[in-house]
Amino acid sequence: MRKRFLLPTIYILFLLLPIYWLVIMSFKTTNEILGGFTLWPRDFTLANYAVIFTDPTWYNGYIASIEYVVINTILSVAVALPAAYAFSRYRFLGDKHLFFWLLTNRMAPPAVFALPFYQLYSAVNLFDTPWAVALAHTLFNIPLAVWILEGFMSGVPKELDETAYVDGYSFWRFFFKIFMPTIAAGIGVACFFCFMFSWVELLLAKTLTSVAAKPIAALMTKTASTSGYQLGLLAAAGSLTLIPGAVVIYFVRNYIAKGFALGRV
Amino acid sequence: MYKQINHKAWFLVAPVVILVAFNAIIPLMTVVNYSVQETFGDNVFTWAGVQWFEQVLHSDRFHDALLRQILFTALVLFIEVPLGLIVALAMPRKGFWVSVCLVTMALPLLIPWNVVGAMWNIFALPEIGLMGKGLNALGFDFNYTRQPGAAWFTIVLMDVWHWTSLVVLLCYAGLVSIPNDYYQAAKIDGASAWSVFRFIQLPKLKRVLTIAILLRFMDSFMVYTEVVVLTGGGPGNSTTFLSIDLVKTALGQFDLGPAAAMSLIYFLIILLLSWLFYTLMTRNEAQ
Repeated sequence: MRKRFLLPTIYILFLLLPIYWLVIMSFKTTNEILGGFTLWPRDFTLANYAVIFTDPTWYNGYIASIEYVVINTILSVAVALPAAYAFSRYRFLGDKHLFFWLLTNRMAPPAVFALPFYQLYSAVNLFDTPWAVALAHTLFNIPLAVWILEGFMSGVPKELDETAYVDGYSFWRFFFKIFMPTIAAGIGVACFFCFMFSWVELLLAKTLTSVAAKPIAALMTKTASTSGYQLGLLAAAGSLTLIPGAVVIYFVRNYIAKGFALGRV
Repeated sequence: MYKQINHKAWFLVAPVVILVAFNAIIPLMTVVNYSVQETFGDNVFTWAGVQWFEQVLHSDRFHDALLRQILFTALVLFIEVPLGLIVALAMPRKGFWVSVCLVTMALPLLIPWNVVGAMWNIFALPEIGLMGKGLNALGFDFNYTRQPGAAWFTIVLMDVWHWTSLVVLLCYAGLVSIPNDYYQAAKIDGASAWSVFRFIQLPKLKRVLTIAILLRFMDSFMVYTEVVVLTGGGPGNSTTFLSIDLVKTALGQFDLGPAAAMSLIYFLIILLLSWLFYTLMTRNEAQ
Protein backbone atom coordinates (compact mmCIF):
# COMPACT_ATOMS: atom_id res chain seq x y z
CA MET A 1 0.00 0.00 0.00
CA ARG A 2 1.29 3.42 -0.88
CA LYS A 3 2.04 6.03 1.76
CA ARG A 4 -0.82 8.36 0.88
CA PHE A 5 -3.38 5.77 1.90
CA LEU A 6 -2.00 5.77 5.44
CA LEU A 7 -4.16 8.69 6.52
CA PRO A 8 -7.51 7.34 5.26
CA THR A 9 -6.66 4.00 6.85
CA ILE A 10 -5.97 5.56 10.25
CA TYR A 11 -9.10 7.66 9.91
CA ILE A 12 -11.24 4.61 9.16
CA LEU A 13 -9.75 2.72 12.11
CA PHE A 14 -10.61 5.69 14.35
CA LEU A 15 -14.18 5.59 13.01
CA LEU A 16 -14.55 1.89 13.58
CA LEU A 17 -13.21 1.67 17.15
CA PRO A 18 -16.29 2.99 19.01
CA ILE A 19 -18.55 1.00 16.69
CA TYR A 20 -16.53 -2.14 17.42
CA TRP A 21 -16.88 -1.51 21.14
CA LEU A 22 -20.66 -1.08 20.86
CA VAL A 23 -21.16 -4.17 18.71
CA ILE A 24 -19.07 -6.57 20.80
CA MET A 25 -20.68 -5.24 23.97
CA SER A 26 -24.04 -6.31 22.57
CA PHE A 27 -22.80 -9.92 22.61
CA LYS A 28 -21.67 -9.80 26.23
CA THR A 29 -23.67 -10.52 29.35
CA THR A 30 -24.30 -7.62 31.72
CA ASN A 31 -22.09 -9.31 34.33
CA GLU A 32 -19.18 -9.48 31.97
CA ILE A 33 -19.56 -5.83 30.94
CA LEU A 34 -19.59 -4.57 34.50
CA GLY A 35 -17.27 -7.21 35.92
CA GLY A 36 -14.17 -6.84 33.84
CA PHE A 37 -12.48 -5.53 30.75
CA THR A 38 -12.48 -7.89 27.77
CA LEU A 39 -11.69 -7.10 24.15
CA TRP A 40 -13.73 -10.06 22.94
CA PRO A 41 -16.87 -11.53 24.58
CA ARG A 42 -15.96 -14.42 26.90
CA ASP A 43 -19.48 -15.86 27.06
CA PHE A 44 -20.82 -15.10 23.62
CA THR A 45 -24.56 -14.49 24.02
CA LEU A 46 -27.45 -13.58 21.75
CA ALA A 47 -29.78 -13.02 24.70
CA ASN A 48 -29.79 -9.24 24.22
CA TYR A 49 -31.00 -9.58 20.65
CA ALA A 50 -33.55 -12.19 21.67
CA VAL A 51 -35.11 -9.68 24.06
CA ILE A 52 -35.49 -7.11 21.29
CA PHE A 53 -36.95 -9.46 18.70
CA THR A 54 -39.50 -11.00 21.06
CA ASP A 55 -40.74 -7.85 22.82
CA PRO A 56 -43.22 -5.93 20.61
CA THR A 57 -42.45 -2.57 22.27
CA TRP A 58 -38.89 -2.97 21.04
CA TYR A 59 -39.40 -4.10 17.49
CA ASN A 60 -42.36 -1.76 16.95
CA GLY A 61 -39.90 1.03 17.62
CA TYR A 62 -37.98 -0.01 14.53
CA ILE A 63 -41.10 -0.14 12.43
CA ALA A 64 -42.17 3.30 13.65
CA SER A 65 -38.77 4.82 12.90
CA ILE A 66 -38.58 3.38 9.42
CA GLU A 67 -42.16 4.43 8.70
CA TYR A 68 -41.66 8.11 9.39
CA VAL A 69 -38.24 8.23 7.75
CA VAL A 70 -39.61 6.75 4.52
CA ILE A 71 -42.67 9.03 4.49
CA ASN A 72 -40.46 12.01 5.12
CA THR A 73 -37.93 11.15 2.41
CA ILE A 74 -40.57 10.56 -0.26
CA LEU A 75 -42.55 13.66 0.69
CA SER A 76 -39.52 15.96 0.91
CA VAL A 77 -38.00 14.91 -2.40
CA ALA A 78 -41.36 14.83 -4.21
CA VAL A 79 -42.25 18.43 -3.37
CA ALA A 80 -38.66 19.63 -3.66
CA LEU A 81 -38.30 18.40 -7.27
CA PRO A 82 -40.67 20.87 -8.99
CA ALA A 83 -39.57 23.68 -6.66
CA ALA A 84 -35.90 23.09 -7.43
CA TYR A 85 -36.75 23.08 -11.13
CA ALA A 86 -38.48 26.44 -10.75
CA PHE A 87 -35.48 27.90 -8.92
CA SER A 88 -32.98 26.58 -11.44
CA ARG A 89 -34.87 27.58 -14.62
CA TYR A 90 -37.00 30.64 -13.97
CA ARG A 91 -36.87 34.03 -12.38
CA PHE A 92 -40.06 34.91 -10.58
CA LEU A 93 -41.39 37.39 -8.08
CA GLY A 94 -39.41 37.08 -4.86
CA ASP A 95 -37.42 34.02 -5.91
CA LYS A 96 -34.19 34.97 -4.13
CA HIS A 97 -35.96 35.90 -0.91
CA LEU A 98 -37.96 32.71 -1.01
CA PHE A 99 -34.81 30.63 -1.48
CA PHE A 100 -33.13 32.31 1.47
CA TRP A 101 -36.24 31.99 3.62
CA LEU A 102 -36.31 28.25 2.89
CA LEU A 103 -32.69 27.96 3.94
CA THR A 104 -33.30 29.82 7.18
CA ASN A 105 -35.52 26.93 8.20
CA ARG A 106 -32.55 24.61 7.91
CA MET A 107 -30.92 26.87 10.51
CA ALA A 108 -33.75 26.67 13.04
CA PRO A 109 -32.61 24.74 16.11
CA PRO A 110 -35.03 21.86 16.82
CA ALA A 111 -34.85 22.81 20.49
CA VAL A 112 -36.60 26.08 19.62
CA PHE A 113 -39.47 24.31 17.92
CA ALA A 114 -39.95 21.35 20.26
CA LEU A 115 -42.68 22.84 22.43
CA PRO A 116 -44.67 24.70 19.71
CA PHE A 117 -44.53 21.58 17.53
CA TYR A 118 -46.00 19.54 20.33
CA GLN A 119 -48.90 21.99 20.61
CA LEU A 120 -49.38 22.28 16.85
CA TYR A 121 -49.48 18.55 16.15
CA SER A 122 -51.71 17.90 19.15
CA ALA A 123 -54.10 20.52 17.82
CA VAL A 124 -54.35 18.87 14.38
CA ASN A 125 -54.70 15.40 15.95
CA LEU A 126 -51.53 13.97 14.48
CA PHE A 127 -49.67 13.60 17.77
CA ASP A 128 -48.10 10.16 18.25
CA THR A 129 -48.40 9.17 14.59
CA PRO A 130 -45.55 8.68 12.12
CA TRP A 131 -47.08 11.49 10.07
CA ALA A 132 -46.40 14.04 12.78
CA VAL A 133 -42.68 13.24 12.84
CA ALA A 134 -42.48 12.95 9.05
CA LEU A 135 -44.12 16.35 8.58
CA ALA A 136 -42.07 17.97 11.32
CA HIS A 137 -38.85 16.73 9.74
CA THR A 138 -39.77 18.30 6.41
CA LEU A 139 -38.95 21.62 8.11
CA PHE A 140 -35.23 21.02 7.66
CA ASN A 141 -35.27 18.34 4.94
CA ILE A 142 -37.24 20.21 2.25
CA PRO A 143 -34.84 23.19 2.25
CA LEU A 144 -31.90 20.81 2.05
CA ALA A 145 -33.47 18.77 -0.77
CA VAL A 146 -34.30 21.92 -2.75
CA TRP A 147 -30.76 23.16 -2.22
CA ILE A 148 -29.13 19.92 -3.42
CA LEU A 149 -31.51 19.32 -6.35
CA GLU A 150 -31.22 22.90 -7.54
CA GLY A 151 -27.46 22.41 -7.72
CA PHE A 152 -27.77 19.29 -9.84
CA MET A 153 -30.44 20.79 -12.11
CA SER A 154 -28.39 23.91 -12.81
CA GLY A 155 -25.74 21.60 -14.22
CA VAL A 156 -28.15 20.35 -16.92
CA PRO A 157 -28.09 22.58 -20.02
CA LYS A 158 -31.29 24.46 -20.77
CA GLU A 159 -31.23 23.22 -24.37
CA LEU A 160 -32.51 19.86 -23.11
CA ASP A 161 -35.76 21.47 -21.94
CA GLU A 162 -36.13 23.58 -25.07
CA THR A 163 -35.59 20.67 -27.47
CA ALA A 164 -38.18 18.60 -25.62
CA TYR A 165 -40.77 21.38 -25.75
CA VAL A 166 -40.10 21.85 -29.48
CA ASP A 167 -40.63 18.11 -29.92
CA GLY A 168 -44.09 18.56 -28.42
CA TYR A 169 -43.54 17.23 -24.92
CA SER A 170 -45.83 18.67 -22.27
CA PHE A 171 -44.14 20.01 -19.16
CA TRP A 172 -44.97 17.06 -16.89
CA ARG A 173 -44.23 14.46 -19.53
CA PHE A 174 -40.83 16.06 -20.14
CA PHE A 175 -40.24 16.28 -16.41
CA PHE A 176 -40.93 12.62 -15.68
CA LYS A 177 -39.68 11.00 -18.89
CA ILE A 178 -36.56 13.03 -19.64
CA PHE A 179 -35.59 15.35 -16.86
CA MET A 180 -35.84 13.08 -13.85
CA PRO A 181 -33.71 10.28 -15.38
CA THR A 182 -31.11 12.92 -16.30
CA ILE A 183 -30.70 14.04 -12.72
CA ALA A 184 -31.10 10.57 -11.17
CA ALA A 185 -27.80 11.02 -9.31
CA GLY A 186 -29.08 14.23 -7.76
CA ILE A 187 -32.29 12.54 -6.64
CA GLY A 188 -30.22 9.76 -5.12
CA VAL A 189 -28.03 12.18 -3.20
CA ALA A 190 -31.05 14.22 -2.03
CA CYS A 191 -32.83 11.05 -0.84
CA PHE A 192 -29.69 10.02 1.00
CA PHE A 193 -29.43 13.31 2.87
CA CYS A 194 -33.16 13.39 3.70
CA PHE A 195 -33.04 9.83 4.96
CA MET A 196 -29.96 10.57 6.99
CA PHE A 197 -31.20 13.71 8.74
CA SER A 198 -34.63 12.22 9.45
CA TRP A 199 -33.21 8.94 10.74
CA VAL A 200 -30.76 10.56 13.12
CA GLU A 201 -32.89 13.42 14.49
CA LEU A 202 -34.44 12.58 17.82
CA LEU A 203 -35.37 15.67 19.77
CA LEU A 204 -38.47 16.32 17.63
CA ALA A 205 -39.20 12.64 17.04
CA LYS A 206 -39.26 12.08 20.78
CA THR A 207 -41.36 15.15 21.53
CA LEU A 208 -44.00 14.28 18.95
CA THR A 209 -44.60 10.67 19.99
CA SER A 210 -45.59 8.94 23.20
CA VAL A 211 -46.40 5.25 22.77
CA ALA A 212 -47.63 4.15 19.37
CA ALA A 213 -45.03 5.79 17.17
CA LYS A 214 -42.07 5.97 19.53
CA PRO A 215 -38.84 5.70 17.51
CA ILE A 216 -36.43 2.93 18.38
CA ALA A 217 -33.58 5.19 19.37
CA ALA A 218 -35.82 6.95 21.90
CA LEU A 219 -36.83 3.61 23.40
CA MET A 220 -33.23 3.00 24.33
CA THR A 221 -33.48 5.35 27.27
CA LYS A 222 -35.79 2.88 28.97
CA THR A 223 -32.96 0.39 29.42
CA ALA A 224 -31.39 2.86 31.79
CA SER A 225 -34.51 3.61 33.79
CA THR A 226 -36.63 0.50 34.28
CA SER A 227 -34.73 -2.60 35.32
CA GLY A 228 -31.38 -1.29 36.40
CA TYR A 229 -28.77 -0.50 33.81
CA GLN A 230 -28.83 -3.11 31.05
CA LEU A 231 -25.82 -2.11 29.03
CA GLY A 232 -25.89 -5.22 26.88
CA LEU A 233 -29.45 -4.55 25.80
CA LEU A 234 -28.63 -0.90 25.15
CA ALA A 235 -25.67 -1.93 22.99
CA ALA A 236 -27.78 -4.46 21.06
CA ALA A 237 -30.50 -1.88 20.33
CA GLY A 238 -27.84 0.60 19.29
CA SER A 239 -26.09 -1.90 17.03
CA LEU A 240 -29.35 -2.64 15.24
CA THR A 241 -29.84 1.05 14.45
CA LEU A 242 -26.63 0.93 12.39
CA ILE A 243 -28.14 -1.42 9.81
CA PRO A 244 -30.65 0.79 7.89
CA GLY A 245 -28.03 3.50 7.47
CA ALA A 246 -25.46 1.02 6.20
CA VAL A 247 -27.96 -0.37 3.67
CA VAL A 248 -28.84 3.10 2.36
CA ILE A 249 -25.24 4.23 1.98
CA TYR A 250 -24.44 1.01 0.16
CA PHE A 251 -27.04 1.88 -2.49
CA VAL A 252 -26.01 5.49 -3.02
CA ARG A 253 -22.25 5.01 -2.81
CA ASN A 254 -21.89 5.04 -6.60
CA TYR A 255 -23.56 8.44 -6.92
CA ILE A 256 -21.05 9.89 -4.49
CA ALA A 257 -18.13 8.03 -6.07
CA LYS A 258 -19.03 9.56 -9.44
CA GLY A 259 -18.86 12.99 -7.88
CA PHE A 260 -20.95 16.11 -7.98
CA ALA A 261 -20.05 19.76 -7.85
CA LEU A 262 -23.29 21.32 -6.61
CA GLY A 263 -24.44 24.49 -8.32
CA ARG A 264 -25.08 27.75 -6.56
CA VAL A 265 -24.65 27.80 -2.83
CA MET B 1 -27.25 30.71 -16.96
CA TYR B 2 -29.85 33.08 -18.39
CA LYS B 3 -33.18 32.58 -16.70
CA GLN B 4 -36.54 33.33 -18.19
CA ILE B 5 -38.96 35.44 -16.18
CA ASN B 6 -42.00 33.31 -15.43
CA HIS B 7 -44.24 34.14 -12.52
CA LYS B 8 -46.20 30.94 -13.04
CA ALA B 9 -43.19 29.18 -11.51
CA TRP B 10 -44.86 29.99 -8.21
CA PHE B 11 -47.18 27.03 -8.85
CA LEU B 12 -44.14 24.77 -8.83
CA VAL B 13 -42.88 26.12 -5.52
CA ALA B 14 -46.31 26.31 -3.89
CA PRO B 15 -46.28 22.83 -2.28
CA VAL B 16 -42.91 23.50 -0.69
CA VAL B 17 -44.00 26.89 0.56
CA ILE B 18 -47.23 25.53 2.05
CA LEU B 19 -45.53 22.65 3.85
CA VAL B 20 -42.64 24.67 5.21
CA ALA B 21 -44.89 27.58 6.17
CA PHE B 22 -47.14 25.22 8.13
CA ASN B 23 -44.11 23.94 10.02
CA ALA B 24 -42.27 27.21 10.36
CA ILE B 25 -44.69 30.09 10.68
CA ILE B 26 -47.27 28.70 13.11
CA PRO B 27 -44.65 27.46 15.64
CA LEU B 28 -42.59 30.60 15.22
CA MET B 29 -45.62 32.74 15.98
CA THR B 30 -46.27 30.63 19.08
CA VAL B 31 -42.74 31.33 20.24
CA VAL B 32 -43.12 35.03 19.51
CA ASN B 33 -46.37 35.09 21.51
CA TYR B 34 -44.81 33.46 24.53
CA SER B 35 -41.81 35.74 24.38
CA VAL B 36 -43.86 38.87 25.06
CA GLN B 37 -46.33 37.45 27.58
CA GLU B 38 -46.41 36.57 31.24
CA THR B 39 -48.35 33.52 32.44
CA PHE B 40 -49.11 31.95 35.80
CA GLY B 41 -50.68 28.81 34.34
CA ASP B 42 -54.41 28.35 33.73
CA ASN B 43 -53.94 29.68 30.20
CA VAL B 44 -54.10 33.29 31.41
CA PHE B 45 -51.61 35.44 29.60
CA THR B 46 -50.75 39.08 30.22
CA TRP B 47 -48.59 41.38 28.15
CA ALA B 48 -44.99 41.48 29.34
CA GLY B 49 -43.31 43.56 26.67
CA VAL B 50 -39.59 43.08 26.23
CA GLN B 51 -39.08 42.02 29.84
CA TRP B 52 -37.97 38.48 28.97
CA PHE B 53 -35.57 39.65 26.31
CA GLU B 54 -33.89 41.98 28.77
CA GLN B 55 -33.76 39.26 31.37
CA VAL B 56 -32.14 36.77 28.99
CA LEU B 57 -29.68 39.25 27.50
CA HIS B 58 -28.50 40.27 30.97
CA SER B 59 -28.27 36.82 32.49
CA ASP B 60 -24.83 35.35 33.12
CA ARG B 61 -26.21 31.91 32.48
CA PHE B 62 -27.05 32.81 28.89
CA HIS B 63 -23.68 34.51 28.35
CA ASP B 64 -21.81 31.48 29.64
CA ALA B 65 -23.82 29.08 27.47
CA LEU B 66 -23.25 31.30 24.42
CA LEU B 67 -19.49 31.47 25.06
CA ARG B 68 -19.26 27.71 25.44
CA GLN B 69 -21.28 27.31 22.25
CA ILE B 70 -19.00 29.60 20.25
CA LEU B 71 -15.88 27.91 21.60
CA PHE B 72 -17.27 24.48 20.74
CA THR B 73 -18.31 25.46 17.21
CA ALA B 74 -14.95 27.14 16.54
CA LEU B 75 -13.00 24.10 17.77
CA VAL B 76 -15.10 21.71 15.75
CA LEU B 77 -14.82 23.74 12.52
CA PHE B 78 -11.06 24.20 12.88
CA ILE B 79 -10.52 20.46 13.28
CA GLU B 80 -13.14 18.95 10.99
CA VAL B 81 -12.80 21.07 7.86
CA PRO B 82 -9.01 20.70 7.32
CA LEU B 83 -9.05 17.07 8.43
CA GLY B 84 -11.95 16.25 6.12
CA LEU B 85 -10.26 17.98 3.21
CA ILE B 86 -6.96 16.15 3.77
CA VAL B 87 -8.65 12.77 4.06
CA ALA B 88 -10.67 13.43 0.89
CA LEU B 89 -7.49 14.38 -1.00
CA ALA B 90 -5.70 11.21 0.13
CA MET B 91 -8.58 8.85 -0.67
CA PRO B 92 -8.30 6.44 -3.61
CA ARG B 93 -10.17 7.59 -6.73
CA LYS B 94 -11.14 4.31 -8.33
CA GLY B 95 -11.43 0.63 -7.68
CA PHE B 96 -12.81 -1.55 -4.96
CA TRP B 97 -11.42 0.52 -2.07
CA VAL B 98 -13.52 3.55 -2.99
CA SER B 99 -16.69 1.73 -2.00
CA VAL B 100 -15.13 0.43 1.20
CA CYS B 101 -13.95 3.91 2.17
CA LEU B 102 -17.26 5.60 1.33
CA VAL B 103 -19.43 3.07 3.14
CA THR B 104 -17.35 2.95 6.34
CA MET B 105 -16.86 6.71 6.41
CA ALA B 106 -20.56 7.43 5.99
CA LEU B 107 -21.46 5.03 8.78
CA PRO B 108 -21.14 7.50 11.70
CA LEU B 109 -23.37 9.96 9.85
CA LEU B 110 -26.23 7.49 9.81
CA ILE B 111 -26.32 6.58 13.48
CA PRO B 112 -29.16 8.16 15.48
CA TRP B 113 -27.74 10.95 17.60
CA ASN B 114 -28.59 9.52 20.98
CA VAL B 115 -27.00 6.22 19.96
CA VAL B 116 -23.87 8.23 19.14
CA GLY B 117 -24.05 9.76 22.61
CA ALA B 118 -24.64 6.40 24.28
CA MET B 119 -21.86 4.78 22.27
CA TRP B 120 -19.31 7.38 23.35
CA ASN B 121 -20.65 7.38 26.87
CA ILE B 122 -19.74 3.69 27.11
CA PHE B 123 -16.58 3.97 25.00
CA ALA B 124 -15.07 6.69 27.22
CA LEU B 125 -16.07 5.34 30.65
CA PRO B 126 -12.92 4.88 32.74
CA GLU B 127 -13.90 1.45 34.10
CA ILE B 128 -15.50 -0.35 31.16
CA GLY B 129 -14.79 1.70 28.03
CA LEU B 130 -11.99 1.03 25.60
CA MET B 131 -10.97 4.67 25.38
CA GLY B 132 -11.39 5.52 29.07
CA LYS B 133 -9.59 2.41 30.23
CA GLY B 134 -6.91 2.84 27.59
CA LEU B 135 -6.16 6.45 28.50
CA ASN B 136 -5.96 5.57 32.18
CA ALA B 137 -3.68 2.63 31.41
CA LEU B 138 -1.39 5.03 29.54
CA GLY B 139 -1.07 7.07 32.72
CA PHE B 140 -3.60 9.83 32.08
CA ASP B 141 -6.03 10.60 34.85
CA PHE B 142 -9.13 10.61 32.70
CA ASN B 143 -12.71 10.67 33.96
CA TYR B 144 -15.14 12.69 31.90
CA THR B 145 -17.93 12.44 34.45
CA ARG B 146 -15.86 14.47 36.91
CA GLN B 147 -13.32 16.56 35.00
CA PRO B 148 -14.62 19.41 32.78
CA GLY B 149 -11.47 19.22 30.63
CA ALA B 150 -11.94 15.52 29.98
CA ALA B 151 -15.62 16.11 29.22
CA TRP B 152 -14.72 18.74 26.63
CA PHE B 153 -12.07 16.50 25.11
CA THR B 154 -14.57 13.64 24.81
CA ILE B 155 -17.30 15.83 23.29
CA VAL B 156 -15.01 17.39 20.70
CA LEU B 157 -13.54 14.00 19.82
CA MET B 158 -17.06 12.59 19.50
CA ASP B 159 -18.09 15.40 17.17
CA VAL B 160 -14.96 14.94 15.05
CA TRP B 161 -15.72 11.23 14.89
CA HIS B 162 -19.35 11.91 14.05
CA TRP B 163 -19.15 14.69 11.46
CA THR B 164 -15.74 14.84 9.75
CA SER B 165 -17.07 12.30 7.26
CA LEU B 166 -19.64 14.80 6.00
CA VAL B 167 -16.81 17.11 4.97
CA VAL B 168 -14.93 14.15 3.48
CA LEU B 169 -17.91 12.97 1.41
CA LEU B 170 -18.74 16.43 0.06
CA CYS B 171 -15.09 17.25 -0.75
CA TYR B 172 -14.58 13.84 -2.32
CA ALA B 173 -17.64 14.27 -4.54
CA GLY B 174 -16.32 17.68 -5.57
CA LEU B 175 -12.81 16.34 -6.28
CA VAL B 176 -14.04 13.48 -8.45
CA SER B 177 -16.07 15.87 -10.57
CA ILE B 178 -12.94 17.78 -11.66
CA PRO B 179 -12.26 16.75 -15.29
CA ASN B 180 -9.03 14.84 -15.86
CA ASP B 181 -7.87 17.37 -18.49
CA TYR B 182 -7.14 19.86 -15.73
CA TYR B 183 -4.64 17.51 -14.12
CA GLN B 184 -3.05 16.65 -17.46
CA ALA B 185 -2.61 20.32 -18.31
CA ALA B 186 -1.03 20.87 -14.89
CA LYS B 187 1.29 17.91 -15.47
CA ILE B 188 2.45 19.30 -18.83
CA ASP B 189 3.15 22.64 -17.16
CA GLY B 190 5.15 20.81 -14.49
CA ALA B 191 3.00 22.08 -11.63
CA SER B 192 3.87 20.95 -8.11
CA ALA B 193 1.39 19.04 -5.99
CA TRP B 194 0.85 22.17 -3.92
CA SER B 195 0.00 24.34 -6.92
CA VAL B 196 -2.35 21.68 -8.28
CA PHE B 197 -4.15 21.87 -4.96
CA ARG B 198 -4.02 25.65 -4.68
CA PHE B 199 -5.00 26.57 -8.25
CA ILE B 200 -7.09 23.65 -9.48
CA GLN B 201 -8.60 21.66 -6.63
CA LEU B 202 -9.31 24.38 -4.09
CA PRO B 203 -11.17 26.72 -6.50
CA LYS B 204 -13.23 23.82 -7.81
CA LEU B 205 -14.02 22.72 -4.27
CA LYS B 206 -15.17 26.15 -3.18
CA ARG B 207 -18.87 25.42 -3.57
CA VAL B 208 -18.89 22.09 -1.80
CA LEU B 209 -16.63 23.50 0.91
CA THR B 210 -19.02 26.39 1.44
CA ILE B 211 -21.88 23.95 1.85
CA ALA B 212 -19.83 21.74 4.17
CA ILE B 213 -18.76 24.66 6.36
CA LEU B 214 -22.27 26.10 6.51
CA LEU B 215 -23.84 22.75 7.39
CA ARG B 216 -21.20 22.04 10.02
CA PHE B 217 -21.59 25.52 11.45
CA MET B 218 -25.38 25.29 11.73
CA ASP B 219 -25.44 21.78 13.11
CA SER B 220 -22.67 22.27 15.65
CA PHE B 221 -24.40 25.43 16.82
CA MET B 222 -27.58 23.43 17.41
CA VAL B 223 -25.92 20.39 18.96
CA TYR B 224 -28.15 18.84 21.60
CA THR B 225 -28.89 15.12 21.73
CA GLU B 226 -25.36 13.72 21.60
CA VAL B 227 -24.08 15.98 24.36
CA VAL B 228 -27.11 15.45 26.60
CA VAL B 229 -26.72 11.69 26.37
CA LEU B 230 -22.95 11.82 26.83
CA THR B 231 -22.55 14.28 29.70
CA GLY B 232 -26.00 15.75 30.41
CA GLY B 233 -24.39 19.18 30.21
CA GLY B 234 -22.03 18.42 33.08
CA PRO B 235 -19.94 18.06 35.09
CA GLY B 236 -21.58 21.08 36.69
CA ASN B 237 -22.54 23.30 33.79
CA SER B 238 -19.25 22.91 31.95
CA THR B 239 -20.75 21.45 28.78
CA THR B 240 -24.18 23.13 28.83
CA PHE B 241 -24.54 24.56 25.34
CA LEU B 242 -27.32 26.86 24.13
CA SER B 243 -29.79 24.13 23.11
CA ILE B 244 -29.33 22.28 26.38
CA ASP B 245 -29.80 25.44 28.40
CA LEU B 246 -32.90 26.24 26.35
CA VAL B 247 -34.52 22.85 26.86
CA LYS B 248 -33.70 22.99 30.58
CA THR B 249 -35.49 26.34 30.82
CA ALA B 250 -38.46 25.48 28.62
CA LEU B 251 -39.26 21.89 29.56
CA GLY B 252 -37.45 21.55 32.88
CA GLN B 253 -38.52 24.70 34.67
CA PHE B 254 -41.46 25.60 32.39
CA ASP B 255 -40.32 29.22 32.20
CA LEU B 256 -42.04 29.71 28.86
CA GLY B 257 -41.48 33.45 28.55
CA PRO B 258 -37.71 33.50 29.05
CA ALA B 259 -37.35 30.26 27.07
CA ALA B 260 -39.22 31.76 24.11
CA ALA B 261 -37.20 34.98 24.25
CA MET B 262 -34.03 32.89 24.38
CA SER B 263 -35.21 30.81 21.41
CA LEU B 264 -35.65 33.91 19.30
CA ILE B 265 -32.28 35.38 20.28
CA TYR B 266 -30.64 32.02 19.60
CA PHE B 267 -32.30 31.71 16.18
CA LEU B 268 -31.29 35.28 15.27
CA ILE B 269 -27.66 34.59 16.22
CA ILE B 270 -27.57 31.54 13.92
CA LEU B 271 -29.20 33.48 11.09
CA LEU B 272 -26.81 36.38 11.46
CA LEU B 273 -23.69 34.22 11.63
CA SER B 274 -24.81 32.01 8.71
CA TRP B 275 -25.48 35.10 6.64
CA LEU B 276 -22.02 36.43 7.52
CA PHE B 277 -20.34 33.13 6.57
CA TYR B 278 -22.31 32.98 3.36
CA THR B 279 -21.47 36.54 2.26
CA LEU B 280 -17.81 36.18 3.18
CA MET B 281 -17.43 32.94 1.27
CA THR B 282 -19.33 33.99 -1.84
CA ARG B 283 -18.00 37.56 -1.95
CA ASN B 284 -15.05 36.82 -4.23
CA GLU B 285 -17.28 35.05 -6.68
CA ALA B 286 -19.48 38.10 -7.14
CA GLN B 287 -16.53 40.35 -7.94
